[in-house]
Amino acid sequence: MSEILTKSRARNVFYGGSLFFVVVFVAMTAHSHRYIVKTSTAGMELTDAVRLGKHVWERHSCINCHTLHGEGAYFAPEVGNVMTRWGVLDDAEGAYEMLNGWMEAQPSGVEGRRQMPHFEITEEEMRGLAEFLRWADQTDTQNWPPNDAG
Amino acid sequence: MKYQSQKVAYAYFMVAMGLFAIQVLGGLLAGWIYVWPNTLSELLPFNIVRMLHTNALIVWLLLGFFGAAYYLVPEESERELFSVKLAYIQLAILVVGTLGAVGSYLVGIHGGREFLEQPLWVKFGILVAAVIFLVNISLTVLAGRKTAITNILLMGLWLLSLLWVFAFINPDNLSLDKMYWWFVVHLWVEATWELVMAAILGYLMLKLTGVDREVVEKWLYVIVALALFSGILGTGHHFFWIGTPGYWQWIGSIFSTLEVIPFFAMMSFAFVMVWKGRKNHPNKAALLWSLGASTVAFFGAGVWGFLHTLHGVNYYTHGTQITAAHGHLAFYGAYVAMNLAMFTYAMPHLRNRDPYNQVLNMASFWLMTGGMAFMTFVLTFAGTIQTHMQRIVGDYYMDVQDQLGLFYLMRLGSGAVVVLGALLFIYATVVVRREVIKPGPAAVPGE
Repeated sequence: MSEILTKSRARNVFYGGSLFFVVVFVAMTAHSHRYIVKTSTAGMELTDAVRLGKHVWERHSCINCHTLHGEGAYFAPEVGNVMTRWGVLDDAEGAYEMLNGWMEAQPSGVEGRRQMPHFEITEEEMRGLAEFLRWADQTDTQNWPPNDAG
Repeated sequence: MKYQSQKVAYAYFMVAMGLFAIQVLGGLLAGWIYVWPNTLSELLPFNIVRMLHTNALIVWLLLGFFGAAYYLVPEESERELFSVKLAYIQLAILVVGTLGAVGSYLVGIHGGREFLEQPLWVKFGILVAAVIFLVNISLTVLAGRKTAITNILLMGLWLLSLLWVFAFINPDNLSLDKMYWWFVVHLWVEATWELVMAAILGYLMLKLTGVDREVVEKWLYVIVALALFSGILGTGHHFFWIGTPGYWQWIGSIFSTLEVIPFFAMMSFAFVMVWKGRKNHPNKAALLWSLGASTVAFFGAGVWGFLHTLHGVNYYTHGTQITAAHGHLAFYGAYVAMNLAMFTYAMPHLRNRDPYNQVLNMASFWLMTGGMAFMTFVLTFAGTIQTHMQRIVGDYYMDVQDQLGLFYLMRLGSGAVVVLGALLFIYATVVVRREVIKPGPAAVPGE
């Protein structure tokens, strides 16, 4: 093997092969970008409210307790399908009411239960957050999660 | 230590170990909150604790990489660093940025993309520090001897710094956000960081075993080729359920299965080099950490990664404690232990004395490795139960979590052992000055 695979051959295989895989990856990513915009997330308009909701989601670092499409921390429930679980996926007002009611009741203060902090969020922001979660929920995620439990 | 400028690595390693302590203590607190959830729930909620835990980890590993580069590049290039002053300026920027990030997290100012929560000015600071580093190291390498080790190390560090640009790109479309987020997260830990890891491992093998450089460097190219050939398209295993096309399920499953191979190759490489090597290097602890790192990386990143990477399996396990189990052992084996191997090797030189207090250092290896292994086992069991109850039966999240209390208690216990090991490592490396064991009679003085 040592005659066939010299150091310089190994190096050339490394550079050439890596470049090949980078090109393939970039091409597939470009296609995926298009697919996301045109197909998988096209079911609901990306409104200003959804944008605002995403910023609210980020500003309070919700991802470090919850998962969203299965990514994040594993300390609190999945929220990528929370609007389905609550039965308000197609009901903007109902989604806001449910989310607002839930978040107003936090923290529960119950001994031995995980505590969700209380967040100071304006009504506009809360509506945005509800829209953002509805928007995320309607994304085509290849039928994940397997059931409503998330 | 052959070159004066290698000394800058000392400051990097010291700061890294300080952050290491913060990281494991943050982890311990998070494990505690899992068991007693009312702890600090209003003052320091779980999400903040977790940010400190993950961010401290990432920054100290990077500091360790930077320090390792500053230590090994002068020896490899056979010349002093381009600028010692720049290296210290870079460190100062990173320290200020880190303190700034910690301070702002504590008062509730942070972003919300996982692991990239740093305020914008800190992100820019990291970028500036990375540029300073790349300039400094590249000019040193270009002016001196070129070796495969510096080649691969530099390539890894350049690429990971370039990928940092995606930390600034945050599309409004959540699925796009997630896709590009993985350009930093996956292509760091499952591609570019592997290059850095392999380069450090190659350097350590060269020094510790005395095997011929040609052999080491040929192996290195094979390993990093395997890492990138599998790891780049292996990104697909994160593109199963985030709104990306269905074809990623096959691409991701196949290529991420192949990601096991470079870790197996790294482990084999380390053991074969030690068997072949004739040198009896006195720093046995560094050898233990090198072999241990490559072995635990194979199990944590390789085996535990494969465990849930096929899309048919991942459909049920995605986002459960199975992921947490894999994440902990993979990071520990591949990057924590490899950094600690480098610290263990370099610190005696940097402090200008023979390898010392090997017993305490080696004890810390077994404490940390044993603790992490046990933690991985209990989280794997917890994740298996969670997957069944939540994803198959369809029980609600919190009802399932209530059934996992015993596992979280055992995880806290294993975490405490890891913290003990980490603090012992730092103590053994930084404080103890007394020689505990005598070098064996057959010992050949190392480089």
